[in-house]
Amino acid sequence: MKLKKMGIALLAAGLMASSVPAMADLVFPALSYRTGPFGANGAENADGYLDYFALLNERDGGIGGIKIQTPECETEYKPEKGVECYESTKGSGALLYQPLSTGITYQLIPKVTADKIPMLTPGYGRTSSANGKVFEYVFNFPANYWDGASVGVKYILDQEKGDLKGKKITLLYHNSAYGKEPIRTLEELSKKHGYTLKTIPVDSPGQEQKSQWLEIRRDKPDYVLMWGWGVMNQVAIGEAAKMGFPMDHFIGIWWAGSENDVKPAGEGANGYKALTFHGVGKDFPIFKDIETHLVAKGKATNGGKNIGTALYNRGLYFAMLAAEAAATAQKIHNTKDLTGAQMRDGLEALKLDKARLEALGLPNFAPEVTISCENHGGSGLVAVQQWDAKAGAWKLVSDFMPSDREIIDPLIKADSEAFAAENKITPRECK
Amino acid sequence: MLYRESGDFKTSYSADQQTFPIRLDRHMVYGILAFAFLVVPFLINDYWEKSVLLPFLVWAMAALGLNILTGFCGQVSLGTGGFMAVGAYACYKLMVAFPWLNMFVVVILAGLITAMVGVLFGLPSLRIKGFYLAVATLASQFFLIWLFNKVPWFYNYSASGMIAAPERTLLGIPVTGAEAPPWMTYLFCLTLVTVFAFIAHNLVRGRIGRSWMAIRDMDIAAEIIGVPPLKAKLSAFAVSSFYIGMSGAMMFALYLGSAEPSDSFGIAKSFLVLFMIIIGGLGSILGSFLGAAFLTLLPVLLKNIMVGGFGWPPDLAAHLELLLIGALIMFFLIVEPHGLAQLWRVTKERLRLWPFPH
Repeated sequence: MKLKKMGIALLAAGLMASSVPAMADLVFPALSYRTGPFGANGAENADGYLDYFALLNERDGGIGGIKIQTPECETEYKPEKGVECYESTKGSGALLYQPLSTGITYQLIPKVTADKIPMLTPGYGRTSSANGKVFEYVFNFPANYWDGASVGVKYILDQEKGDLKGKKITLLYHNSAYGKEPIRTLEELSKKHGYTLKTIPVDSPGQEQKSQWLEIRRDKPDYVLMWGWGVMNQVAIGEAAKMGFPMDHFIGIWWAGSENDVKPAGEGANGYKALTFHGVGKDFPIFKDIETHLVAKGKATNGGKNIGTALYNRGLYFAMLAAEAAATAQKIHNTKDLTGAQMRDGLEALKLDKARLEALGLPNFAPEVTISCENHGGSGLVAVQQWDAKAGAWKLVSDFMPSDREIIDPLIKADSEAFAAENKITPRECK
Repeated sequence: MLYRESGDFKTSYSADQQTFPIRLDRHMVYGILAFAFLVVPFLINDYWEKSVLLPFLVWAMAALGLNILTGFCGQVSLGTGGFMAVGAYACYKLMVAFPWLNMFVVVILAGLITAMVGVLFGLPSLRIKGFYLAVATLASQFFLIWLFNKVPWFYNYSASGMIAAPERTLLGIPVTGAEAPPWMTYLFCLTLVTVFAFIAHNLVRGRIGRSWMAIRDMDIAAEIIGVPPLKAKLSAFAVSSFYIGMSGAMMFALYLGSAEPSDSFGIAKSFLVLFMIIIGGLGSILGSFLGAAFLTLLPVLLKNIMVGGFGWPPDLAAHLELLLIGALIMFFLIVEPHGLAQLWRVTKERLRLWPFPH
């Protein structure tokens, strides 16, 4: 019985798994999640990601004349499912993975390195993968969590006219690898700037935060930073609004800065701030192209209902980084069909300047990006956006600011060297 | 007529007491094992390993463990996820502290450490029963996860609180880490699961297993006829936690390669294992395997059929999968409340009589 059952399952699964895309196309598997407590956010990002590739297929005939395939796989934000998605798609000529989950990223780091398929984790994942000498196939430009933490503190410093002595900052974080990432940086920064740091964990998914906010009410911190995702953000912003916490002193990481997070709190969320590493809104020429080539033809993912949201823009940006790297790789290797290793070279030679962004229909959308063999983390420029509840829109309230490299670089070095020692990796030489 | 117990004469005590006394059963088990050990390793690839076979083996081990406690000894436990975490973190600390240690020894030691923790959390079972015990074990689940989040020593002070399995070799071939060939990790887990499934099968046939079942069926009566409840209950907790700890260690070191407490060993995992043994069949070794297969392989199968076969959007498929599995669980529990193992028993009965109706 056991054998029969397993046999049937194996047979059927095997038959199904063999229906993979043709090898001649450029394959960018989309490990997305549209279900579960993080589904609302995951769906917006996935729509942007898929739409950009669809736009390239429709408007330009792909990248360098080669069509793009984006097989989608539902991960439910669970590491086990993410691994399954990776294993089922990697054989199809996959060029780049963007799992949109720090947990899945940690699972995939050793696997992509062994399989020589690059992984790009912009604004999430393992922060020390910015060190390209140790993490050959993992990239996390244009900004990482430690940049976010540093710029968050810097912004607070600007608000407080350069003095944080005796101020209290509380970090409210998702109790997972993702939420714990900024703690060490914030601790180092507290030594430098003299504020007191308090960290309060919220267990995933975070629907219940009464006790955490009671603690915040008792402590009366001057600022609250939040590393949240999905339903946790909505609940936190709702609780903050209910207890009358000054919203402009409540700053989320870029994953706590979508419309989904603030809208349920209504007027109460007005003034809430979040970090970001790219522009907001629909005021870019590329959205006209999306309108004519995708929406008008009925080809936009999910009917285009998420176009222009903060996370849609981010998905669009992620796909653009991937597409630009693929085009760079085609140029370097003088070939149309790419392998994972060639894609890696493309990512390491990626250069996105003002002129290129303008040509892509996204003028001033994001700071310049320059990647090299040793620097997989980019410039780390981060801005602050603020929610306007009346207009129902985010707007940038600061410039893109650099992070505190003298704190972050040693941390990246220490953590990546620890990883290299643990896994017996000899850091490669970069020319 | 197809399945026969008669005509299988035993002439010695050892033949009569062997693990599978019925010839047909024995041949079937050996056949399955021969296939699993000798054929599957040559066919396996990364996808089969990571998505189908390793999850099945890991969860089968966990289900075996919980079935010993809940199915055979009648003590309901919701702490499985927490005990798996103990196994995983023990495995990590042992791997890092003693890099030369054989992986089999590491996994078994991790199981033993979990057994000690299990006995500790089993102590309340001497005073409380049923739902109240379930709540007490639920506390152990939350306490253990909190502990592994809170104390940085357990994750060697890594920035993210994640633990990652370093590469370890067995006979010169990597068995953990990304370079490990799929057949190696598969054979490693298969060996452990096979050996300990045999041990479990023999344990529950013997004196200890009978004392567990006596406690399960009526603890006061068992005490009166001379079964010490302290020994029986705590030994059930120890053996059960030993299995669950090994499954946690295998899940961390071989299947996932890295883990974090809340994500990998949350309360959802405790329920998953409980569902496995309920669907598979309480108090049945075979049921543990069937339940684990049902809840780990079916979702993969459904997903591959709906997304790969019909080309449906993956989010729709994910929602439908939840609905279908829920409906199937209800269907099986209504049609066969004693689980899939009972279905097998009924099938055997039919095969015994076939082609005659009575």
